[in-house]
Amino acid sequence: MAQIAEWFDRRLQLAVPIREAAEHPVPRNTASWWYVFGSAALVVFVLQLVSGILLAMIYVPSGAEAWNSLQALNHDVTLGWFIRALHGWGSNFMVAIVLIHMVQVFLFGAYKFPRELTWIVGVFLLLMTLGMAFSGQVLRFDQDAYWGLGIGASIASRVPLMGPAIVKLMLGGPIIAGATLSRFFALHVFVIPGMLIGFVCLHLLMVLKLGINEWPAPGRLVRRATYESEYHELTKKDGVPFVPYAVWKDLFFAAFILLAVAACAAYFGPFGPTGRPDPTVIQTAPKPDYFFLWLYALLSLLPPSMETPALLIGPVVAILGLLLLPFLSGEGEKSWRRRPIAVLTILLIAISLGTLTHLSGFTPWSPHMNAWSGDPVPDRFLHGTTALQRQGALVFQVKQCRNCHSLGETGGQRGPALDSVAVRLTQDQLIRQVIQGGGNMPAYGKNLSPAETTALVAFLETLHPAGQAPARDASREAALGDGAERRAPAQP
Amino acid sequence: MSKESMLSRRGLFMKIGILFNGLVATALAVPMVRFLLSSVTRGRGNAYLSWVPLGSVSEFPEGETRLATFRNPYVMPTDGKTVDTACWVRRIAGEQFQVFAVNCAHLGCPVRWFPQSGLFMCPCHGGVYYRDGARASGPPERGLFEYPYKVQNGLVSIEAGELPTPGPRAALAGKKLPCA
Repeated sequence: MAQIAEWFDRRLQLAVPIREAAEHPVPRNTASWWYVFGSAALVVFVLQLVSGILLAMIYVPSGAEAWNSLQALNHDVTLGWFIRALHGWGSNFMVAIVLIHMVQVFLFGAYKFPRELTWIVGVFLLLMTLGMAFSGQVLRFDQDAYWGLGIGASIASRVPLMGPAIVKLMLGGPIIAGATLSRFFALHVFVIPGMLIGFVCLHLLMVLKLGINEWPAPGRLVRRATYESEYHELTKKDGVPFVPYAVWKDLFFAAFILLAVAACAAYFGPFGPTGRPDPTVIQTAPKPDYFFLWLYALLSLLPPSMETPALLIGPVVAILGLLLLPFLSGEGEKSWRRRPIAVLTILLIAISLGTLTHLSGFTPWSPHMNAWSGDPVPDRFLHGTTALQRQGALVFQVKQCRNCHSLGETGGQRGPALDSVAVRLTQDQLIRQVIQGGGNMPAYGKNLSPAETTALVAFLETLHPAGQAPARDASREAALGDGAERRAPAQP
Repeated sequence: MSKESMLSRRGLFMKIGILFNGLVATALAVPMVRFLLSSVTRGRGNAYLSWVPLGSVSEFPEGETRLATFRNPYVMPTDGKTVDTACWVRRIAGEQFQVFAVNCAHLGCPVRWFPQSGLFMCPCHGGVYYRDGARASGPPERGLFEYPYKVQNGLVSIEAGELPTPGPRAALAGKKLPCA
């Protein structure tokens, strides 16, 4: 055995450099559970490579065949569903771990001198990971993928001057079709993974050459002139060989993550595909995968006028900010205990993304397309109402008001809930709002006859809590004198 | 001139070799880049936009808006169902039509028509349009995209072949913008 090993090493001459890399001294306190995310990301990346190659043996990157081949993987090929599930869950885990790794590196000040380039390469690795996530979603060529591409094209089209050209380059033609899928296949399977492998090697090489970032101690400042000798001193005085002192934690965590991916894959199964990518089927509400849900929420909540600038300038500023970070604060304090702004920034970003992702779980901005026919007006709103008011409740349903307005917790949430609208708006204000719209509500003037409007407003006026009087216009009674009688009674 | 700074025979050959490779690489790059950009450089007017029939006028009752489907004029064997496209056809009266793309002018999701309230609603971010395609509410910055249409021999046709997107249209001199 030893002879065989020697035979190979005489020719390869790799044993010495590998041993040197494995046993390079690292500061003792970096052998920590906080330092395991980078290696875990690498292990999940390898899982993605392996499962991706397996999938490519069955998957057909053709607009006509892709969906069928996914069905075959799910249902016909032995364990095809599991490999798909591994790849899908692996991608979710990879995005999450890369982000956690990045947050850890940021909070530990690891991007500071002399590891600026390691950070910059890492930013590109993040972008490529997200690129893999988006292109992978396209390869799952279903309804969501089709309309997701349309959303991507709509965003790209807003780039000044270059927009239409970028759209055609992205789609491989004037429409979303077979050529679109093929080029995303080339990106997902050749271009981005190739770059990822190259950048991962660079990233690792720099970690080895420059040494792992030491555990940040408050008050120990990074200075360009002295840092390297200080770090060298630290590893000499208080260093331990990476193997086995630190690596066992990486190994444990990597195995745990792989097990978690496999458990999710086995328990939850593969993602989709949803319906066939048939653009004539328009009964669909496309939604992105979880790592882009925050963007989906943001796009519905931004004011229209801010959307294009935010879409086009936002990513550029964010990426530039990440790339410039090590140059803006390349020295000084590393410890998060002395960097309150860094900690607050992370918290702010995490809370914003978390809130947006949470909101996209129930999409309050989308009309409920079937509420008008599926969610009846709850009984309690109809007790003791007049014929006119009931007719109004009917108008309320038939004219799809319900798609955007909820009553008794059911219905759309695009507009305000109307359970107590009569307390907020007087009869005149209700009529005006229904007919003219405004405040993000369409005008219904052309689609309601005067009789329908009268009935609808009569019903809306009954919507107030039992103990609370409906809103009224005091000046109206003064002006008309007998206003009280002319006003339709709120309760019979 | 010192010996070090003099160009040696081998050095010259190496430089010529690099130059030679550069020339060949450039010559190869030209067709590769042209291939890559072919979807951009192919002209709009004469290549992929054309008139496609939607059906006879009688299929679209006056005053109503109906979903129609058509096949993209340019088809590749690997396209599958993606070349079948839907559009909303509104027959105002007689031979007066409006043909809307199903794609929301916000981010391209498919809008649905609700005849009872006379509105198009988008399921993605809540864009709403009136029956004439004008923006009613929500995030879109404009009304629905309209295809140019014509009625000939009782047949409604539209000029189609491009995914409508909300960005600025490519300015092609003298060419009427499709689906604007």
